Amino acid sequence: MNDTRSRLRAADLARAAVGGLRFRRTRTLLCALGIAIGIAALVSVLGITTSSQSALLAEIDQLGTGLLTVTNGQSFSGGEAELPGYATAMIRRIHGVEQVAPTAILGQALAYRTGKVPPADTGGLAVRAADSSLLASLRGTIRQGTFLNAATDRLPVTVLGYRAAQALGVSDLAPPVPPRVLIGGQWFAVAGILNQMPLAPEIDRSALVGFPVAARLLGYDGHPSRIYVQTAVAATTAVASLIGPSAAPEDPSTVAVSQPSAVLTARLAVVSSSTQLFLGLGAVVLLVGGIGIANVMIVAVLERRSEIGLRRALGATRRHIAVQFVAEAAVLSALGGVAGVLAGLAVTAGLARARHWDMLVPGYAPWGGVGCAVLIGCAAGFYPAIRASRLAPADALRTT
Amino acid sequence: MTPALELDQVRKVYPGPPAVESLRGVCLHVMPGEMVAIVGPSGSGKSTLLHLAAGLDRPTSGTVRIGGQDVGRLPDRAASGLRAHRVGVVFQQFFLLEDQSAVDNVAAGLLYRGVPAARRRAAATEALAWVGLDHRLDHKPRQLSGGERQRVAIARALTGRPAVIFADEPTGNLDQSSSAEIVALLRDLNRTVPATIVVITHDRDVAAAAQRRIELRDGRVRTP
Repeated sequence: MNDTRSRLRAADLARAAVGGLRFRRTRTLLCALGIAIGIAALVSVLGITTSSQSALLAEIDQLGTGLLTVTNGQSFSGGEAELPGYATAMIRRIHGVEQVAPTAILGQALAYRTGKVPPADTGGLAVRAADSSLLASLRGTIRQGTFLNAATDRLPVTVLGYRAAQALGVSDLAPPVPPRVLIGGQWFAVAGILNQMPLAPEIDRSALVGFPVAARLLGYDGHPSRIYVQTAVAATTAVASLIGPSAAPEDPSTVAVSQPSAVLTARLAVVSSSTQLFLGLGAVVLLVGGIGIANVMIVAVLERRSEIGLRRALGATRRHIAVQFVAEAAVLSALGGVAGVLAGLAVTAGLARARHWDMLVPGYAPWGGVGCAVLIGCAAGFYPAIRASRLAPADALRTT
Repeated sequence: MTPALELDQVRKVYPGPPAVESLRGVCLHVMPGEMVAIVGPSGSGKSTLLHLAAGLDRPTSGTVRIGGQDVGRLPDRAASGLRAHRVGVVFQQFFLLEDQSAVDNVAAGLLYRGVPAARRRAAATEALAWVGLDHRLDHKPRQLSGGERQRVAIARALTGRPAVIFADEPTGNLDQSSSAEIVALLRDLNRTVPATIVVITHDRDVAAAAQRRIELRDGRVRTP
């Protein structure tokens, strides 16, 4: 007996699935849009968080996590309280300390651009005594000019923090005449301007002068108020626990030791936790897109009863009909998935460019996005497909 | 010789309420190469008879055999295979796929036989030539007249050279001139191909073109 089995070639199934969607383009596009938005949300969340985490990690890596800041609480006036004069030398002796940079806030001295600025208009700037070790301890860089050194420490010369230079209107140190600023009633030549110091924002808003000149002209009494300690990364915790007893043996509890990089690490944790939230939101959007596909496919089954009847009359089995509808839903959601991945990558690229990040997207995100979309499409198309396949051929043909 | 189509004591009851007995013990047979017209007033059970005979529905009782094979007892896959290989159906509403060209619509007649696309299109081109539409291969259904659409549907039913072609009111949606063309075409195909054709019709001209008329009344074959 001749072979009379019903067969549908894979290529014909694919053609039927694509053809069914091409014939209803607007509906296909709108339906795919739901999935595309969900996938775009997932991919962009993954891309943006990975890029921002990478940027944060790079920043932490560059700045290091070995920096500790030592203070002695606050004075009655709200300023920084003094540390013992020997604190710097004592801290330097702790095992694991690589560099120590003392600074002293000069509470009596204020910085102005000229003598005509009202005294109350301080611009929130501070004047600090420091020495050449500060730049290396903070891993800071000079934007213009030079930093304090043994020669300038004794002279009325200042180096301005990034924000301080902006506040004082000092932007160009080009010769022949260096700009000057008025500190504690004395003119100081500006020798340099620093770049931003993410781990020491108080330096950004300071005018730095050398210790000798501070003692001579600005009332520095030999007590540091804030000490920056650069440690070996592995020894940071141990050093932190020894600083109090070393800097103020008579009352170690008054000494406060903080790790500025902890702020960046905390930001990293915040980014990680918000990723989960946004991924959840993206998944909800994707679910709604899947429900949209299921809805559209159910409507399609009702609208295409005659086509289903015809295909059954031509020899399609129930399974052929079901597979065709599932394939249509899969193609539809794959289209949405591909569009969503492209949109997600574009959003990530745009934001990374705007924030000066390196664009980083996890390798699994594009393929996972499309795969996820196809899975959702198949799941959404399953019930309508079963309904379509259960239509009796005669009933399907009779309804038109 | 085995009949191309054989119905033996076929009953079809649609469950109610109220239950409707559409066919009440119909017996008939169609020999290969015959063209038979089934006529009768509305509600006499003609369409039900066609659905059962073409394997699109199952009888409540009795036997329907196509080429000697009992369609009513076959599982869905086997019945679908039988429709793909042994049966061609022409509908009053044409049922063409609107997004596909004439040749692709005809080629769809072989879609569920697993025939590769190129061979399907070649067979479809040949079938369109039989019905005089070889100049309309790439036209979409909306670009064709009613008569031409029905010719495409006939070519689709014909392309796989099935054991029986069933035509349900093939001229029901056509004007007089197109109807005459379709009648002439069916008669011509019956003689030249030769195709076994069972046509259900109200149209006297279609019925007159058949070699034999079977009249249905109240679900029974009316004997003259």
